[in-house]
Amino acid sequence: MRRPNPASAANITRRGLMLLGIQGLAVGGLGYRMRQLQVEQADKFLLLAEENRINIRLLPPARGLIFDRNGKPIAVNQQNYRVTIVREQAGDLEETLYNLARLIPLPPDRQEKILKELRQRSAFVPVTVTEHLTWEEIARIAANAPALPGVTTEVGLTRYYPELKDFAHIVGYVGPVSDRDLNNVEDADPLLQIPDFQIGKTGIEQRMERDLRGGAGNSRIEVNAAGRVMRELQRTEGTAGQDLHLTLDKDLQRYALERMAGQSSAAVVLDVNTGDILVSASSPSFDPNSFVFGISSGDWNQLLNDPYRPLSNKAVSGAYPPGSTFKMVVALAALDAGVIGPEETVYCPGFYQLGKRRFHCWRRGGHGHTNLNESLQFSCDVYYYDVARRVGIERISAMANRLGIGIRHDLPLPAITEGLTPTKDWKQRVHDKAWLVGDTLNSGIGQGFTLASPLQLALMTARIASGRSIVPRIIRAVEGKPEPAPEAPDLGLSDVHLNYVRRGMYDVVNAQRGTARRSRITDPENRMAGKTGTSQVRIITAEERARGVFKNEDLPWERRDHALFVSFAPYTNPRYASAVIVEHGGGGSTAAAPIARDIMMRCLYGPAPPLEAYPAEERDKIRTLRESTPPEASDSPAPGSDRA
Amino acid sequence: MTFLDQANRGIPSGFAKILHMNWALTLLLCTIASVGFLMLYSVAGGSFSPWAEPQIVRFAMGLAAMFAVGMIHIRFWRGMAPIAYVGGLVLLLVVEFFGSVGMGAQRWIDLGFIMLQPSELMKVALVMMLALYYDWLPREKVSRPFWVAIPLVLTLIPMGLVLQQPDLGTSILLAAGSGVVMFLAGVSIWYFIAAISGGVGLVTVVLESRGTSWQILKDYQYRRIETFLDPSLDPLGSGYHITQSKIALGSGGLSGRGFMEGTQTRLNFLPEKHTDFIFTTLAEEFGFVGSVSLLTLYLLVIVFCLVSAMRNRDRFGALLTGGIAATFFFFFAVNMAMVMGLIPVVGVPLPLVSYGGSAMLVLMAAFGLIQSAHIHRPR
Repeated sequence: MRRPNPASAANITRRGLMLLGIQGLAVGGLGYRMRQLQVEQADKFLLLAEENRINIRLLPPARGLIFDRNGKPIAVNQQNYRVTIVREQAGDLEETLYNLARLIPLPPDRQEKILKELRQRSAFVPVTVTEHLTWEEIARIAANAPALPGVTTEVGLTRYYPELKDFAHIVGYVGPVSDRDLNNVEDADPLLQIPDFQIGKTGIEQRMERDLRGGAGNSRIEVNAAGRVMRELQRTEGTAGQDLHLTLDKDLQRYALERMAGQSSAAVVLDVNTGDILVSASSPSFDPNSFVFGISSGDWNQLLNDPYRPLSNKAVSGAYPPGSTFKMVVALAALDAGVIGPEETVYCPGFYQLGKRRFHCWRRGGHGHTNLNESLQFSCDVYYYDVARRVGIERISAMANRLGIGIRHDLPLPAITEGLTPTKDWKQRVHDKAWLVGDTLNSGIGQGFTLASPLQLALMTARIASGRSIVPRIIRAVEGKPEPAPEAPDLGLSDVHLNYVRRGMYDVVNAQRGTARRSRITDPENRMAGKTGTSQVRIITAEERARGVFKNEDLPWERRDHALFVSFAPYTNPRYASAVIVEHGGGGSTAAAPIARDIMMRCLYGPAPPLEAYPAEERDKIRTLRESTPPEASDSPAPGSDRA
Repeated sequence: MTFLDQANRGIPSGFAKILHMNWALTLLLCTIASVGFLMLYSVAGGSFSPWAEPQIVRFAMGLAAMFAVGMIHIRFWRGMAPIAYVGGLVLLLVVEFFGSVGMGAQRWIDLGFIMLQPSELMKVALVMMLALYYDWLPREKVSRPFWVAIPLVLTLIPMGLVLQQPDLGTSILLAAGSGVVMFLAGVSIWYFIAAISGGVGLVTVVLESRGTSWQILKDYQYRRIETFLDPSLDPLGSGYHITQSKIALGSGGLSGRGFMEGTQTRLNFLPEKHTDFIFTTLAEEFGFVGSVSLLTLYLLVIVFCLVSAMRNRDRFGALLTGGIAATFFFFFAVNMAMVMGLIPVVGVPLPLVSYGGSAMLVLMAAFGLIQSAHIHRPR
C-alpha cells in the first residue's frame, strides 16, 4: 500500500481534453456518414432494399372464350387440378407419396422422379406431382389430408373444346409456348415466360391471340434472403382475354360434318346478305383437345399420314379446279363484255375442234344448239369453250376476281388460299411459257390452271345471288362489341345478266333435265338454285380410253374426280349461299349436290325439315332414315329464323 | 457540490459507496443495454428468445459485477494489475493450445457455463497494467525512449498472441487501448506521429512492392489484402455483408421503418444480424434519428468517463478510466464504421447492444473498475 503521490498524481486534463476532442471528431465523422447513408442516399437504398425483398410474380389471365353466333361455347377454360408437395412440410416423403399413390394413379417410376426432384429443390419449393386430376380424385385427396402432410391441391385454367372435332380447323388449339413461338411473336409479353402458359397454335386461337390472351396480373410477394415466400403484399388480377363471338353456327356446323362423315370433303355456307360464314366444315377432322397437353407422336403420325388429310382445312385452304361451277364466271364475263347475248346459241356436236386438237364435251353425243340457260342447265362444255375463247382469259380472270376467286380474303385463319386466276402474264412469269388458246378453253370449264377454295366458290355464289360484293367474315363480336359488317358495294353487273345466270342455276336444280334435279327443294318458298361441278384430278389418257377406262369409278380413289356443288336459296330472296366439295367423290350431281341440299335444308328449316320440301321420289328414303335415327334434341332456335 | 459530497468528506465507506457511484454513467449503460434488448427482441421477430432474454440475464449479472467491482477499493485493483496481466497472457496461451475452435478462429475457453474469451479479459488487463506502469513511472521519464519501449513490449506480447488466433479486430483494440493510456500519461505526441506515419509508410511500401522485383508478400496475400480493403471485390463473401448492411442502414431513412418493421433484417438479408451487425437493425427501424441517438449515448459515456478521469487526482484511477473509456470508444466506433462500410469488416461487436456472453460481462466488470476509481478518488 502506498500513499497517493501528489507528484505523480497527474494532471491529465490537457491530454484528456485533446482525447475528447479527437473522439468527438470521430463520432462527428460517424454521424456525418449516417447522414450520408440515411438522409442523402436514403431513396437509393430504400429502392435496393425493396428490390431485395420484393419479387413480382405474374398471374396468367383467363383466356378469352370463343362462342358461336348464338352464344354457344366453342372454346372454354376448364379448371385443371394439380397436386404439389412441399418437402419441408411433408415429413416422411416416401410415406406421403405412398399414401398419395393409393388415392391417385402414380406409377412407381413417376414416384422416383418426384422424389428426386423434391430432394434437389429447396425445401420450401412446391413440386408438382401430377396434373389434370378429376374432381373425385381431388376430393379423395382432400378427405385424406391428415395422412398427406405437405400435399396441396391447386387449380389452374386450361383450354377445353367442348365441340371436340367440329371447330378444330377454324378455332384451332392452344399449346405450351415453344422457342419458335418466342421468336415469332413480335411482342415481348412477359406472360409467355410463365411455365405452363399456353398460346394459340393455329386457327382463330393463333390469329386472334392478342385479343384472347388478355393482360397479366401480378402478385408482389415478399421473399427472404433464401428466396422463401413470406407473404403476398399486393395482388393485381390480370385482365381476362376478350371473348370472341364467331359467325359460325354450332348446330349447322355439326350437321354439316355429320352429313359429310366418311368422306374427304368440305362445305362452306355464307349468309348472302352479310357475308357471315355460317358453316366452314372440313372432313375428316381431329380433336383439338388432344393437342392442348401435347399430342403423342403415334397419334400425330396417324393424323399426318391419313390420306384424307384431317389436319388440313379444306374449306379455306384447299385449292381445287372449280370445274363447271366456274361456268357462271365465264358466262358473266361474256355477257358483261357483250361478246354473247343470252339467247345466242352455240352448236355442240360433243366436241370443240381447235386446230388438230379436240376438246370434248362431257356428253359424247353433244347438246346441239345451246343458249346460255341451257348451257348452265346441262353444263355444256362446248358452249364454254367457244365463249371463253371469244372473251379471252384476261376478262375471265378479271370477272373471277370480281366474284371473289383468286383474291386473298382477310380472315383470321391460317393458310387461307388465294386460289388462282391465270392470265397470260402469269403463265409467262411462272411457267415461262406462252399462253395457248387451249389454256383458255380449259379455263372456260374451270379446269387447267384455275383454282378456287370452297370458301371462294361459296362467296362467288353469294355475290351472284346478291349482286353485291359481299365480304366474308368470321368474327361477329369481340368482347360483346359487334364487329361492323364489312361494306358490300354493288358488283356493278347488269341485273339482266345476273338474272340470266341465276335463272340458269335455278334450272340446273329445278328444270326437268337439270343436272341436279334430284337434289331440288320442292317447297316453292325455298327453291334452291345451284351448279354442279366435276373437276378432273387428271386427264384420262388416250391409252386408258383405249383400254376402256371411261368411268371414274374404275379409277383408284385418289385419281377420281372431285365432286362440287355451289348453290343459293331461297331463289326468290337469297339468304344462304353454299359450296360443297367431295374430294374424289365423282360427279357433282351425285356426290356433292345431295349434301349441299341437306345442309341448305337445315339452314332453311332447322333440325327437322318438312318431308314435303323434299322431291317426291326422295321422301320415302328420308322417312325411313328419320325413323331409324331418332331426331336429336335441339334447344336451338330454327336456324332459318332471324338471329341477330 | 451536493449535500452528500459535503457530508462525506474523504472516501466513503460501506453502503455510502453506492451513493457515490457515477450514477449518470450507470444510467447511460442501462439505457444503451435496453436499446440492445429492444433490438434483439426485434431481430428475433418479436420474441424474447433466443436472444433478448439471455442478454437481459447477462446484463443483470454484468450490472451486479459492476457494483461488486466498484465497491472494492481501487488500491486493490492496482495491486491486481500485474496478476491480471500475467493471468491474461497465460489464458491466451491456454487458448492457443487447448481452446475451442469457432468461426474459423481459436478464441474461446469452454468453462462449462460460459465460453470465456481471454482476449476480452486481456483488453482490460493491459490497460490496468499500463495505468500501473505510468502511476509508478516518474513524470520526467515518461517520454524517454527506454521507458516508452517497456509499455510497447507489454502491448506487443498479448497483441501477438491474439493475432495468432487470428483476431485482427481485438489486437487492434489492444493497441488502441494502450496507445490511449500512453497518450493520457503524457508520452510525447511525436512518438504517436512517428508511429502512425511509420505504420502508414510500412503499409505503403508493402503494397507498392507488389509486382516489382522486391515484392514482399506472396500474390495470394495481396489478393487477401485487396478484398479486405475493398469488399466489393468479393460480392458474395464479405462484400455481401457490407452491401446488405449499407442497404439496411440507408433504407431506414430519416425516421426509420418502425419497430419490428425492418425488412432487411427480418428477411435475413443480413447475416449476423444479432451480433456484429445489430446496429443496422436499429438504423433500419429507427432511421437517422435512432442511429444518431445511439451514437450520442455512446459519446456521452465517453464524456462522463473522461470527465471523471480528468477530475481524478489518483493517476492510476485516471489512466485506468481513460484507457477503459477509450477501449469502449474503439469498440463502438470500429463497429459502426464497419457496418457503414467505412472500414473493412473486422469482427468487433457493438458494445452492450450486440448479443454476446463474455464480452458483456467483461465490459461491465471494466466499468466496475471505472466506478471504483470514481468512488475511491482522493477528495
